[in-house]
Amino acid sequence: MVYTPIEKLAQATPQPMAQKVRGLSDRAIAWIFVAPSIFLLLAVNIFPLIWTIRLSFTNFKVNRANRDIEFIGLRNYERILTDSDIWMTMQATAHFLIWTIVLQVLIGFALAYLINMKFKGNDLWTTIIVLPMMLSPAVVGNFWTFLYQPQIGLFNYVVTFFTGGDPSSFSMIGDVHLAPWAIVIADTWMWTPFVMLICLAGLRSIPDSIYEAAECDRASKWRQFWTITVPMVLPFLMLAVLFRGIENFKMFDLVVQLTGGGPGNTTTLTSIDLKREAFEKWRTGYSSAYAVILFVTVFGLASIYVKALNKVKER
Amino acid sequence: MRNNLTCTVALAALTAGAGVASAEDLTLCWAAWDPANALIELSKDFEEKSGHKMSFEFVPWPNFADRMLNELNSGGKLCDLMIGDSQWIGGGAENGHYVKLNDFFDAEGITMEDFIPATVTGYAEWPKNTPNYWALPAFGDVVGWTYRKDWFERPEIQEAYKAKHGHDLAVPETLDELKNIAQFFQEREIDGTKVYGAAIYTERGSEGITMGVTNALYNYGFEYGNPESPYELEGFVNSAEAAAGLEFYKTLYDTATPPGSSNWYMGENIDAYKSGQVALQMNFAFIWPGVEADPNVGGGKSGYFPNPAGPSGQFAQLGGQGISVVAYSDKQDAALEYIKWFAQPDIQARWWELGGYSALKAVVEDPGFATSQPYAQTFLDSMAIVKDFWAEPTYAELLLAMQQRVHDYVIAGNGTAQTALDGLVKDWVEVFEDDGKI
Amino acid sequence: MSFSVTEPTIRTKWFAGTAVILYAVITILPLMWIVATGFKSPADSIAYPPKVVFEPTLEGYVNLFTTRTRLAEGDMAALPPAETWYEKIVRDQGQIISGPSRYGERFLNSVIIGFGSTVLCMVLGTAAAYAFSRFRVPLKDDLLFFILSTRMMPPIAVAIPIFLMFRQLGLNDTHLGMILLYTAVNLSLSVWLLKGFIDEIPVEYEEAALIDGYTRFQAFYKVVLPQAATGIASTAIFCLIFAWNEYAFAVLLTSGTAQTAPPFIPTIIGVGGKDWPAVAAGATIFLVPVMVFTILLRKHLLRGITFGAVRK
Repeated sequence: MVYTPIEKLAQATPQPMAQKVRGLSDRAIAWIFVAPSIFLLLAVNIFPLIWTIRLSFTNFKVNRANRDIEFIGLRNYERILTDSDIWMTMQATAHFLIWTIVLQVLIGFALAYLINMKFKGNDLWTTIIVLPMMLSPAVVGNFWTFLYQPQIGLFNYVVTFFTGGDPSSFSMIGDVHLAPWAIVIADTWMWTPFVMLICLAGLRSIPDSIYEAAECDRASKWRQFWTITVPMVLPFLMLAVLFRGIENFKMFDLVVQLTGGGPGNTTTLTSIDLKREAFEKWRTGYSSAYAVILFVTVFGLASIYVKALNKVKER
Repeated sequence: MRNNLTCTVALAALTAGAGVASAEDLTLCWAAWDPANALIELSKDFEEKSGHKMSFEFVPWPNFADRMLNELNSGGKLCDLMIGDSQWIGGGAENGHYVKLNDFFDAEGITMEDFIPATVTGYAEWPKNTPNYWALPAFGDVVGWTYRKDWFERPEIQEAYKAKHGHDLAVPETLDELKNIAQFFQEREIDGTKVYGAAIYTERGSEGITMGVTNALYNYGFEYGNPESPYELEGFVNSAEAAAGLEFYKTLYDTATPPGSSNWYMGENIDAYKSGQVALQMNFAFIWPGVEADPNVGGGKSGYFPNPAGPSGQFAQLGGQGISVVAYSDKQDAALEYIKWFAQPDIQARWWELGGYSALKAVVEDPGFATSQPYAQTFLDSMAIVKDFWAEPTYAELLLAMQQRVHDYVIAGNGTAQTALDGLVKDWVEVFEDDGKI
Repeated sequence: MSFSVTEPTIRTKWFAGTAVILYAVITILPLMWIVATGFKSPADSIAYPPKVVFEPTLEGYVNLFTTRTRLAEGDMAALPPAETWYEKIVRDQGQIISGPSRYGERFLNSVIIGFGSTVLCMVLGTAAAYAFSRFRVPLKDDLLFFILSTRMMPPIAVAIPIFLMFRQLGLNDTHLGMILLYTAVNLSLSVWLLKGFIDEIPVEYEEAALIDGYTRFQAFYKVVLPQAATGIASTAIFCLIFAWNEYAFAVLLTSGTAQTAPPFIPTIIGVGGKDWPAVAAGATIFLVPVMVFTILLRKHLLRGITFGAVRK
């Protein structure tokens, strides 16, 4: 007999407890509690995914619905994996992903550490720092184009106020070398608070007694930081990195509003490229294959990562 | 009230020709921009006369094509009337999104002879240059230039220019003169601020840089293909002349535009111009009424001129749209009624007054037209030299390829003009092969 | 407060406070710029060089809520004098108000869809998280990873099938469709976070309740839920922030009836170009509900998250 996971789940309930239940059985409760979520996820996420996989083997184009749909095997995949432009967008995405995570983790952790000193008014300042996270990424992207304008925007004036020089002497979005950093800065500004909050949660979960014990052992503050604080916060930090990583791999709205993928293809992240294929060129089959490749990539990276996360948690 | 209502119904019966259908709620879809607001005002007359109610769905330019083509491709019934971009006409016709209007035009006595020829070819015909009409020209638009007349007229600037170039500072006749003027203003101090030469189209995301660069390409000798045999691109798209045109645009970008203008289209150019950053701006004609009304640069401080000539002639990029009836609409009769109303000469005259560029000959050939607004003559001159981008059903793919190739060369500075255009030929051939055209 | 060896010294606190405040000031600067732009005139908003001191006006807010038409000077002069202050502001720009803008509708859509999906997500998420937390499952980690994986698909990638599916079901461009969609996207986050919170609640509480004669469902409802309230509140904040601000699905799947504000705000146009003050005003107003929600639940956000989303 084959059990669905949910039946297994219900069966796995400790016997003594199940016997005490009156009214609905545990198994029924498990069904009622889990089924709607699973059903919704199947309908809105998994079903479209399967559809996408199916389409990825065809030459279907939504804007040519009356044309016959042909199954063309793996040709879409072949075309994508041999296209050098795709590797450029992958590189752009990797640059964006790595640097946003590095900066957000460093700044976010530092902020959380400082806030955890519990200075007067830390509550208020925490709330202020969290504000950028609540804006719409599309609106943020839009406004940062404005802030980055060398002549009428704020950014260049603020930078040159500290460094000296002419505000018009550089252009964050127009320069091939600066544009990848322009999107990193805007995203870091917006999402550092998220990492900070989760780090703060981690810091506050460390019982004072551990530090007190370390203090008795005459451990230096520096040693305490590396042997207590960092390992205890690490699982939290890794969770924050997981969520930011997944979100930024999909990054679309902020960057598309900010640079439109330019100059040239410098900031064309995979999601922007995918959107062009799917909704501007209407190559549905091709873009479905593209989507599947992206999904497999994130899925693979994330599962390795989650394994590592579980290991860290078990320590 | 009752009397009024009867009147309205009677009037509607007259305008509709045939018996009045029940009052419908029509939705018209267009881009969100100045002329759209003017159209709301204009349409109040239609609502009054026909008894139909007009709703509007205006989508901003950057999302306009995505959103509306998504709607059409999925057979959506949101729009009864569509003022779609000129390049959509091929897809609209071949994929059955638009209703063919020939029979309707014949029955109602509307003839395309009455409209500016370039707009008929550009907005209504598919295949091009055949009498198959899928839209009525609704809004004439073309790329032209706006300049700071007040700066041009300053004696000290005129002197400095003459000292440098040996002739008077005047509206440029050629692209080279345009470049000289723009370079002359680049980083010049005017009233204590540093100003720049020209704001040009450089936008990456939708269609910006293509709509800009073509104004240089056409005039240097770029062709979309062999005039004798369509879809033969090699040697026409990437001719040496075309490459020279592309180089011209890059020189203009590198030497005569404001820093940071790497992703600019209509809105950004307007902002730069109005805030006094630039002496010249490239932009579609639709902005001119707004420029005239602006407190900083309007009221005679600005002048207008058509895209200057290059070594191989004088052309300008066509913009503008025709109005079509969506094939998926359940209210096609009422939608046709709207088009019939819209085509009337007095409505078209009113359209021009409100800031809509009418494409009706009766309006633009009126003796008072050229002097009715400071930019009216420039509009007429520009409309006489228009050329448009591909209007193929695959236009979006062709456009995206061009956006990438051109932006990569002009803004990012990768490769040469020749390699950019060679790459473009390769991309375009691939698109046409995929589509079975070659 | 009693003396503790772990309590930082005054000097450390002073240093920490200064550093945090410095960061807060820098980070708030772009936000202040947005808010300030909302009170500038269109000309001031794009002034070159930028203006820090300016004459505040409500033009941006008036433009945000109205659509306007430009009239010729002759037509303007023929009009009766403006009746209201906002009409006067519009007239001074050489325009007349031709009707309300759609910002109100878009905002209302955002409220319905944002809060609707947050509530639904909390209901489904809490139930599922409870089941995952309380029943021992051999495949638990895999199931949880499956739930997380549903968040990995770029929205663009599934948008076409969802678009076609929604059209079949009549859910296209409806509030219900968007609520279901955002709920599905947020479920992974809420299940993951909530499971952490519920894990922290000692199972003995429920066992005691069961012995007292509660049914399983009553135990969940009366014992676990109140205990998990803090966690639910902080999870709700994250879900609301996402649903409130989502752009990609909204721009591709909604239009006339159910479009939310994020695709709408960046595209508000004025005369000729983008109406920056109105865009800024729209963004500012749009920030207020989430901000209030977060400040109200602030205690929960900071305290609640310390429950430990990943402990054990």
